[in-house]
Amino acid sequence: MKLAMPVNDKSIEASISDTFGRTSYFLIYDTETQESVFVDNSAANSQGGAGIKAAQIVVDYEAEALLTPQCGENAAKVLRPGNIKIYKTKCISIKDTIAAFNKGELSLIEQIHSGFHTGNGEK
Amino acid sequence: MKIAVLSGKGGTGKTLVSVNLAAAASESVYIDCDVEEPNGHLFFKPNKIISERIMVHIPVVDENKCNGCRVCIDFCKFNALAYINNKLAIFDEICHSCGGCILFCPERALFEKTKMVGQVEYGTSKAVTVITGRLNIGEASGIPIIKKLLHHANKGNKITFIDSPPGSACTVMESIKDVDYCILVAEPTLFGVHNLTMVYDLVKLFHKPYGVILNKCVDEEKPAEKFCREKNIKILGEIPFDHELGMMNSNALIAVRTSETYKRLFTSLLQTVIEEVQHETIVNP
Repeated sequence: MKLAMPVNDKSIEASISDTFGRTSYFLIYDTETQESVFVDNSAANSQGGAGIKAAQIVVDYEAEALLTPQCGENAAKVLRPGNIKIYKTKCISIKDTIAAFNKGELSLIEQIHSGFHTGNGEK
Repeated sequence: MKIAVLSGKGGTGKTLVSVNLAAAASESVYIDCDVEEPNGHLFFKPNKIISERIMVHIPVVDENKCNGCRVCIDFCKFNALAYINNKLAIFDEICHSCGGCILFCPERALFEKTKMVGQVEYGTSKAVTVITGRLNIGEASGIPIIKKLLHHANKGNKITFIDSPPGSACTVMESIKDVDYCILVAEPTLFGVHNLTMVYDLVKLFHKPYGVILNKCVDEEKPAEKFCREKNIKILGEIPFDHELGMMNSNALIAVRTSETYKRLFTSLLQTVIEEVQHETIVNP
């Protein structure tokens, strides 16, 4: 199964990013082959709509699940029709997060926040 | 004569100043450009209101023509479009109505639909023409409404006060770009200096003549006054931190129309402002 997660560095030793839309990188992780692919998040510096663009990246990598501490409304509107399940992370490190997912300890995100929309530019 | 009233943060006294200066003039126009939360009308209680709907164009996709090339998605700086499951998704609230996606679509699969983003209301309160812009909740940008508001500012010859949105973002730039003069309202505190700097930098960038009104002044040290002296900024006047004024404000009363003291204060302030603007138009026409 292909997982996507927002991460702070391009290393399996790194930590999960506390934001989704403006994370620096995504890790695309295959639970079967245990293969890791790190992707730059081109949405990180968007003037607006970062969640939408970030979600587009996750959709385009054909991830089946997103593991993230939080997720905004607009991102969810892209992820859901893409049939991507959104799980809430509870650990800081990538390794612990994957282990928790494999053990079935992560639950689906129930609360989708309406977005912080502080952006980088005008509001 | 068009005068914008601005400040680096909300709650500094933009509405107090612009409402009372407009009310102190014999005939004037008051335009509320703070379209996310207009409040000047609460004081003026204008009557004979006529409202006009403000529409913008947003894209719609013809799914039979869209081939998923994503030219539109790559073009949109606000990320208002996404492509999921072989379908184009458009986020109306994120769209800034630039029309670029429609222009660049190689398949001509995008076309325009109109959407109402807010309204402009015209009314009168004694000798003041009150024009209020209102942006619908959740909309991305108040610019289309401000453009419409200022279209009216450019029509008449009456002295016009533009109550700007707080801060120094693009809605403020839109509000001040055609004015003759900017009044910067600031609190006298150190915190006030920080907020004043934001709008001071903006008016300098726009090459607008400007002056400062210090609001909520008490008999203590005034870092904002010191800042103005150091930068050689004209202080047009001071408004005291006064219980009576606070009471009038919280009861939505116009100080000029309620209190003799404030009628004198704002009439004199208005005179100073008019002289400054006239001076500026002679020195820097």
